[in-house]
Amino acid sequence: MNKMQNPETLVIANANKMTARKVQVHYGTNHAIKDVDVDILDKTVTAFIGPSGCGKSTFLRCLNRMNDTIPVCRVSGELLLEGENIYDPRVDPVQLRAKVGMVFQKPNPFPKSIYDNVAYGPRIHGLTRNKAELDAIVESCLKKAALWNEVKDRLDSPGTGLSGGQQQRLCIARAIATSPEVLLMDEPCSALDPIATAQVEELIDELRSQFSVVIVTHSMQQAARVSQKTAFFHLGHLVEFGDTGQIFTNPGDPRTESYISGRIG
Amino acid sequence: MSTVLLLGVVLVLAAMAFVLCRGRALASAGGDMRRLHSLPEAYGWHGALMVALPALAVLVLWLILQPVVIARSVGAILPVTTTTQTADEAQSAQNAEELALMDVRRLAAGIDSAVSSGQMAEVAPDGAGADMAALQEALAASGVALGGAITPETLAAAQKYRSLSAIGLTARTVFTLIAALAGLAAAIMLTQKDFRARNRVEAVIKMLLIAASSVAILTTVGIIYSMLSETLNFFRLYPVSDFFFGLTWSPNFRGNSEFGLIPLVWGTLYITLISMLVAVPLGLFSAIYLAEYASPRTRNVIKPLIEVIAGIPTVVFGLFALVTVGPFLRDWVAQPLGLGDSGSSVMTAGIVIGILNIPFVSSLSDDIINAVPQSLRDGSYGLGATKSETIRQVVLPAALPGIVGAILMAGSRAIGETMIVSMGAGAAAKLDLNPFEAMTTMTVKIVGQLTGDTDFASPETLVAFALGMTLFVITLGLNVLALYVVRKYREQYE
Repeated sequence: MNKMQNPETLVIANANKMTARKVQVHYGTNHAIKDVDVDILDKTVTAFIGPSGCGKSTFLRCLNRMNDTIPVCRVSGELLLEGENIYDPRVDPVQLRAKVGMVFQKPNPFPKSIYDNVAYGPRIHGLTRNKAELDAIVESCLKKAALWNEVKDRLDSPGTGLSGGQQQRLCIARAIATSPEVLLMDEPCSALDPIATAQVEELIDELRSQFSVVIVTHSMQQAARVSQKTAFFHLGHLVEFGDTGQIFTNPGDPRTESYISGRIG
Repeated sequence: MSTVLLLGVVLVLAAMAFVLCRGRALASAGGDMRRLHSLPEAYGWHGALMVALPALAVLVLWLILQPVVIARSVGAILPVTTTTQTADEAQSAQNAEELALMDVRRLAAGIDSAVSSGQMAEVAPDGAGADMAALQEALAASGVALGGAITPETLAAAQKYRSLSAIGLTARTVFTLIAALAGLAAAIMLTQKDFRARNRVEAVIKMLLIAASSVAILTTVGIIYSMLSETLNFFRLYPVSDFFFGLTWSPNFRGNSEFGLIPLVWGTLYITLISMLVAVPLGLFSAIYLAEYASPRTRNVIKPLIEVIAGIPTVVFGLFALVTVGPFLRDWVAQPLGLGDSGSSVMTAGIVIGILNIPFVSSLSDDIINAVPQSLRDGSYGLGATKSETIRQVVLPAALPGIVGAILMAGSRAIGETMIVSMGAGAAAKLDLNPFEAMTTMTVKIVGQLTGDTDFASPETLVAFALGMTLFVITLGLNVLALYVVRKYREQYE
């Protein structure tokens, strides 16, 4: 279980995928994120932990400009995806979000069939030329999301008819169908039971071979199990960022230690 | 005692029962509310209901039954009509009897008012020995006009009517009060701390709710029943196949009428189709703008402005069609295109009804689109979808059942619209494809056939009921279809 802390799997050589420097977020007059510097590495799972309201979800939503849909939200500072500032006026948030996909806290399958849910992204981005290619993408994504065997006989039935865990895996399949470079996951397991959680965690570990994954979680065990890098947020500040093993065994900041040992948060 | 006074007395008794029962319940618990089964008010309400309900039931029954009973016993002493053979003769005999009874009632009321105002001496109970001419004169002097001369039989019947009515009035008062007092006594006897007053009061409330909801259903049943019998009367006078498949509508009050339904159905559907072609796109697009693109401030201004249209009376829209839209379409579209020179046309009525229906479609659809959860939009944006892709492929499909409902509501209104059609499309029943021709709808013809001084026996008037029934069946069919569509999509989309 603790293979993440095995030095062999620690990813050090991987290139920087996303870089955040002095990122600030304001909600109206509320200063929600203060001076956050984070490096998201390629083909690595990065976990954001911290107490509720510390800004970890807000920061996650900055990474694919989902905060643009909230009128009072302002983001400043520098956020680079492969060296390109994603808040540059020339960048279209729609294209950015095709590269930086997102899975939400609550499963939100579209009121469409299972097939159409997964095919949604490839269709709107025109990733396939014919039905056979689309079928292949849907099948491979559902297989990657460990859902294929459960739904292969009822691809035409509505995605909303699945159980909670299946719905969340469907949402993950939907997100990876657009072949993103980074996959953002906002507490993906908070609505799931332990069995479904284990399946999703296993899936995250597999996805690491293709994308970099950023996951927000309230469960420290989950962060320790799935991630190689961990960032601890507290009251809008990034308190500590480093290798997961080091954060959990030998935290550098007293606040981190208090949080992971359960004294604050 | 008059009905109003009697009602007042019953209500006072009910209020008394409330106070008495509440006090008695509290006393039986030694003033400790916690030892009562129900709240003290429940005992009070129980008492009040025990007084009011039986008394009102007696009163209502009496009010319904008394005229029937009196009419039967008075009718017995009126001149006996000869026994009749055919249905027609039986019908006319019944009508004559009703007319005679009406005379009796009018005479009785006349004598009553004349005697009570002191302008006339009381008449002998059986009317014997009265001078008919003098009586008629006395009544005329006190302002009572009678249809014909008073016959001894009518006078005797009127006197019997009066005496029976007086007895009935007294008995009604007595029995109502007995019922109220018996209820009061029973309630007081029942009231003690372990009595389950709340359950019984709640049972009465439930009955009240059931009664309220059955009023609408019973009214519908009543409407169908009354239309059905008149429709059947019509079909006795006019062949069914000629009505449903006839291509000519030319009612003629001297006879030889032709009641072909097809031109009217065609006019109705044509006007509805054009109005929906106007209302659905405009309403839906404005709903999408309001729900998805407009800032809250813009929305708060625009939405009430659109809804103002819904508050304009349709007759005003009819004027707009008659004075503005009709001439405009004739001068700028129909005549240049050589499609006729009629000021009133299907197009005029269709467009104006469509405008009338925009707020229905837009307001309802706007609410429905707003009810689509934000998480679905986020999910779509998170996959890199644009706003319009999200609206077209996620939001609208999710809102579809509600939008279909809104559109069908607008459709029903368009089918039933009368005023705008009669002012904008004219009253000529025609079967034509040209939208710039004057045509008319079933509703306009229903009004047309019933306006004027005609009896309900000729096919010319009865056809209105057949039209109404057909309209009812058509809209019912549309609603069933709508329910089916909505349910089918709901299975898929929720």
